[in-house]
Amino acid sequence: MHDHAVQLPVFPRLPAFALRGLPLTPIALALGAFARRLAARHPSMFKRLGDYGTLRFVLDPTDLPVTLLLEPRAGNPRLRLSRKPLAGDARIAGPLSGLLGMVHGAYDGDALFFSRDLVIEGDTAAVLALRNAIDDAELDLAAEAEAMSGPFAPQVKRLIGLAETKTGVALSRHEEEPLW
Amino acid sequence: MEIVCPAGTPASLRAAVKAGAHTVYCGFADETNARNFPGLNFDRDEMREGVKFAHDHGAKVLVAINTYPRAGAEAIWHRAVADAEKCGVDAVILADLGLLAYAAKHHPGLRRHLSVQAAAANADMLNFYASEFGVKRVVLPRVLSVPEIAAINAETEVETEVFVFGGLCVMAEGRCSLSSYATGLSPNMNGVCSPASHVEYHDDHGALSAKLGGFTIHKVGADEPAPYPTLCKGCFSAGDATGHLFEDPVSLNAEKLIPQLAKAGVTALKIEGRQRSRSYVAQVVRNFRAAVEAQAAGRPMPEGMLAQLTEGQAATAGAYKKTWR
Repeated sequence: MHDHAVQLPVFPRLPAFALRGLPLTPIALALGAFARRLAARHPSMFKRLGDYGTLRFVLDPTDLPVTLLLEPRAGNPRLRLSRKPLAGDARIAGPLSGLLGMVHGAYDGDALFFSRDLVIEGDTAAVLALRNAIDDAELDLAAEAEAMSGPFAPQVKRLIGLAETKTGVALSRHEEEPLW
Repeated sequence: MEIVCPAGTPASLRAAVKAGAHTVYCGFADETNARNFPGLNFDRDEMREGVKFAHDHGAKVLVAINTYPRAGAEAIWHRAVADAEKCGVDAVILADLGLLAYAAKHHPGLRRHLSVQAAAANADMLNFYASEFGVKRVVLPRVLSVPEIAAINAETEVETEVFVFGGLCVMAEGRCSLSSYATGLSPNMNGVCSPASHVEYHDDHGALSAKLGGFTIHKVGADEPAPYPTLCKGCFSAGDATGHLFEDPVSLNAEKLIPQLAKAGVTALKIEGRQRSRSYVAQVVRNFRAAVEAQAAGRPMPEGMLAQLTEGQAATAGAYKKTWR
């Protein structure tokens, strides 16, 4: 039944394993700052989320030993990182490459759901609103990370480009050029 | 032939235009459109900007105002028609007779298309809508075979638009009592078939069950495609038999029929899926634009790459190749 399913890259085991030993607090702080930057630069994302922007979303990259809790808080987002399962109003789980690919418009969320690469639980309407809000925001996480890196932006860009090539994971948005 | 593509968000509209859509259809973020889902659709400013983007790139924009106005609340639908015209759209897609009459009387310069929700399935109906309300194009329901479409086109000057890719509906195009019964919300009145607020998924060690309005409508094992959350595509047990009672969860894919549809006099090919992502829109549009270019140039149809985007990861030519009656 999975003949036509998307082949999602899986996060390499060694770095995933290494993440078990790293302290989560600095990573969570960095991710929090990153989320607040995205919120400031993409306010329409929260407008599109509407009332669902006050709920709590569990994002569970199944190939990593951590789970994220995202609280959009109507434009003032908060992120929590944990090695234990987290509870929220809605949960989206799948390989990190699938989650990032959806953010960057490389994969269609419904297709990943039909093929069972993605699992959703809890408030389905909230998941749908989040998916649509992110899809419309046309985010480019690599560009945002570069912009946050100040003088190290060229190195960060090179590093992200290398990681994208080596892993096949969509870490940036590929601007579509008109074809016709 | 013209490719008419869905756009649930401004980003999808831009993706569709860049991927080669001749025309994009979308809707306002309210109950006037039949895809009234969370986080989807356009406010008035977004519509104006979307129309400008499309026109700047040589594409057209149609606005679906294709639900049936609630008694006493018609002003919401009237305002949508007026705002669509102010936004500069190329046509509105309407289903309700009263709304068609209103639009013809108050916005005579605004081109009118008949929505598939009106289920006009013979030439007399098309000609009636054209003569009474100035309808220029009719979206045909997904119940007609290719020879039937050819027979309709032979007896009308009205343009016809047919679905070539996306979801299928066994009801008379959205007039679904199943979803209304299970959720209390109607596809035609509220714009929501199987509203997400009434859908629940439960994953129990790989076995995934889908519920709509509290009814379990499908359950699958770990290696099976995820169930679609509509009652019509649910899988039920009765006696010793288990199966899809109303409809298999498959998508329509008529790309191989494009030459026959062209010969049958069809003006436009419509892709379903305003609730899907910009990735879906870009992939499907690119594929169908290549197909119509090949058809126009007399080249063979390119091989499809759309299977992974279909419901249940399976496709059918639907009623176009009818083997039942």
